[in-house]
Amino acid sequence: MSSSTDWPLWEVFVRSRRGLSHTHAGSLHAPDAEMALRNARDLYTRRSEGVSLWVVPSTAITASSPDEKDSFFEPAGDKPYRHPTFYEIPEGVKHL
Amino acid sequence: MSAALALGDDALVLSHRLGEWAGHAPVLEEEVALANIALDLLGQARMLLSSVGDEDELAFLREERSFRNVQLVEQPNGDFAHTIARQLYFSVYQHLLYEQLAAGTGEFADLATKAVKEVAYHRDHAERWVLRLGDGTAESHERMQNGLDALWRFTGELFRPVEGLDVDGESLHGSWSSAVTSVVERATLRLPSGPQSSAWSAGAGRQGLHTEPFGRMLAEMQHLHRSHPGASW
Repeated sequence: MSSSTDWPLWEVFVRSRRGLSHTHAGSLHAPDAEMALRNARDLYTRRSEGVSLWVVPSTAITASSPDEKDSFFEPAGDKPYRHPTFYEIPEGVKHL
Repeated sequence: MSAALALGDDALVLSHRLGEWAGHAPVLEEEVALANIALDLLGQARMLLSSVGDEDELAFLREERSFRNVQLVEQPNGDFAHTIARQLYFSVYQHLLYEQLAAGTGEFADLATKAVKEVAYHRDHAERWVLRLGDGTAESHERMQNGLDALWRFTGELFRPVEGLDVDGESLHGSWSSAVTSVVERATLRLPSGPQSSAWSAGAGRQGLHTEPFGRMLAEMQHLHRSHPGASW
């Protein structure tokens, strides 16, 4: 019997309801995409968590490295003018 | 005999067999898949058995000869391919049956309407595995064929008339055969050619005649309730 390490890893994204975007839910092993989708259904939506599923081969994801954290993310830390907080919100405007 | 008892026992017994994979399935993902299917079936069993009596008494306090499930569902799990063969034979049958019942107006129409969606997934699960194992490695092909062959003689019973169940057994058998044949052929496997029931079956499960492994399964399934009547948590 082959072990689960022989099967590639897949990342699972679940859309919890219409209008929201897919959110990363976790990962699983499966021999191919179709089975990955079904395993995702069984593992991540069995308590009505979703209305749509994506599975992506983990190897297809290029991730930022923790070593690059400083150059990637720190420069944004002291630039508060990038936040839209310097505007007066006109009275009566909803959903802002 | 009540048809609800027949359908309920099919679901209950197969649910227990699939539950036996917990902790033993080849991979974690598949273990959860089988447990999900088992829980779907358990839900169906509870609705059906509750409609004819106390579900706990029916599940845990009946003797072997009072169970009305077909012999197919009580067969031991064997290896994974064997379990998948059992799933293919049964879930295709159950899907076609529930489709017919859901389209009708009889006492099972409501249950079947809900359950047919669950069972469609069980069927899809079984068919995909038959394709993968049959058209996989030489070993998976051989094991899948062995599973199909070993369980073939229990499939005839599925199409015998059940009192109180208004379905056309002949057309059910026809649809079942062409569906199963199509999957088996696409999986590069061979449909078993022997008789679909054994000479000794004598009416079999629906009349309360069961195969040897069923008694041992019941002993395990019932022992907790029999040792501690009414236990709950």
